[in-house]
Amino acid sequence: MAEKSKKNSQGDYRADAFAQSQEPDGLFQKCEKCGESIRAEEIVTNYHICPKCQCYFRVPPRARISMVVDKASFVEWDAGLAVSDPLNFPGYTEKLEHMRQVTGIDEAVLTGKAAIDGMPVAIGVMAASFMMGSMGEIVGEKLTRMIERATRERLPVVIFCSSGGARMQEGIVSLMQMAKTAGALKRHSEAGLYYVSVLTDPTTGGVMASFAMLGDTILAEPGALIGFAGPRVIEQTIGQKLPEGFQRAEFLLEHGFVDKIVKRDRMKKTLSFLIEANGGEKPPVARMYTAPVSPQEKVEID
Amino acid sequence: MGELTAWDRVKRARSNERPTSIDYISGIFDRFMELHGDRVCRDDGAIVGGIARIGGIMVTVIGEQKGRTLKQNQKRNFGMPYPDGYRKALRLMKQAEKFNRPIICFVDTPGAFCGIEAEERGQGEAIARNLYEMSALRVPVLSILIGEGGSGGALALAVANEVWMLENATYSILSPEGFASILWKDGSRANEAADVMKITAGDLKDLHIVERVFGERLLLPDGYGLEQESELMDSMRELAQYRSDAAKEETQKEGEQEDAIMLNRDNMELLVCELREGILEFLRNYHQKTASQIVGERYDRFRKF
Repeated sequence: MAEKSKKNSQGDYRADAFAQSQEPDGLFQKCEKCGESIRAEEIVTNYHICPKCQCYFRVPPRARISMVVDKASFVEWDAGLAVSDPLNFPGYTEKLEHMRQVTGIDEAVLTGKAAIDGMPVAIGVMAASFMMGSMGEIVGEKLTRMIERATRERLPVVIFCSSGGARMQEGIVSLMQMAKTAGALKRHSEAGLYYVSVLTDPTTGGVMASFAMLGDTILAEPGALIGFAGPRVIEQTIGQKLPEGFQRAEFLLEHGFVDKIVKRDRMKKTLSFLIEANGGEKPPVARMYTAPVSPQEKVEID
Repeated sequence: MGELTAWDRVKRARSNERPTSIDYISGIFDRFMELHGDRVCRDDGAIVGGIARIGGIMVTVIGEQKGRTLKQNQKRNFGMPYPDGYRKALRLMKQAEKFNRPIICFVDTPGAFCGIEAEERGQGEAIARNLYEMSALRVPVLSILIGEGGSGGALALAVANEVWMLENATYSILSPEGFASILWKDGSRANEAADVMKITAGDLKDLHIVERVFGERLLLPDGYGLEQESELMDSMRELAQYRSDAAKEETQKEGEQEDAIMLNRDNMELLVCELREGILEFLRNYHQKTASQIVGERYDRFRKF
């Protein structure tokens, strides 16, 4: 299920581009697609998009949070939960420790509370940089705790998905996380609360087949790979090449599984509108008298 | 029975001779009526579902169905459901909830089907939806792993109050071949992968993934059924006794171990009897519980992982 992040037959460049861009610590980074040298700070100010060819780099979770929530509003929840290694899989705990040092985060998801245009939300952001964003017990537990707390505190939930699927090294326990997170979302929904799922590159496997597809609204980033089985697995199964654009965000939109494809620079405004529409806590009355939106935003038909 | 390796059990779980969902359904229930279709797209042959009666109780039964012959597998797709199959299952489960029927699922799939149409029709969404809706069903759900429990395709019928497993069934995050290929870049190390993955009934019982394991014993223990009062049909018990005697004779004649005889349609009576008794006991236990207890216990069962 978990698809590795290599170049595949469709010429997916993102994973490689991402390798250069995830932690822009040098002065210049090279876009793997167009070859352009980009100043590291320009990557950050340009939403992690190549200024020349407009390809989307994967976004580290803290950068993602700062792109969509109000400044300094994020408070992290449940950091530092103890390692789980149910299979005693050789080398796994060492690998986790290594990933923690390399990425600076404790697992493949960050969760917490933040505000979007003043409206409080519970937000979870997955990190493809951490073992392909795979979901094991800790990822499932952090998300479930977040959803349960959001239910108690009557908060909408936003999850940015980015995952190759279940964490193989935790075996069947990873599989159980799918049922655990889905069950928590069902309770959140029954409490009348709003959940918006945002699918970013890649969203596949056990994450796709659980909380990613359960949003009241499902948004996706342009070009993101989204699917149950990875493209290589399907090619091997059916013994033929996959059509161009198969399992991209646009393909899912066309087949009715995504509400809307949203560009990065529009994401915060989109989330804000949806959360306001779906029972997010109302901002101060003053907001009722704010100026109307600009004419090009008035009717958004794509 | 400790001699079988995990890989031996994988091979048994996949064996073409192994009884399928329909074999268990016809053996265990007094009556079964199959009902078809997802009301969206088509009727998926990889999942059978319908209404059954057992000991006077009406239940909804759903099972993943493998074929034995090529022709059967054209219909059954080797037990690999399309999204349509999961949607049919969910439709039948929601109907069971409406009419207060407990739900019994038989799980036996290499995995949800991987293919272009399956993706186009939302395989991931269909599985996710089942997990989501099953978590809140107000009737008791029992899932029994009878063969292969392949990943999300198995879990989509196993968000249950109790999950049971046959001794040589498996339940895993991925096939051992796939696991070896992803983690060691070598699919031929499946045998080794099966060992570390904890996919056997014994391992999964230890991890509390399953509540009960049913031995695939073919031989009745001495004195079985003589003094035991049970709801077993006498004729079935007699048949089980007869098979047991025959198997015993065979093992003596061939000098084989009981372990060497694989479970098949012709020697499954004892197992069928035990499953039937187990299911009746499950139904009696859950009959006492309120809907909110049933939902709450199921939620907690998965919450703990």
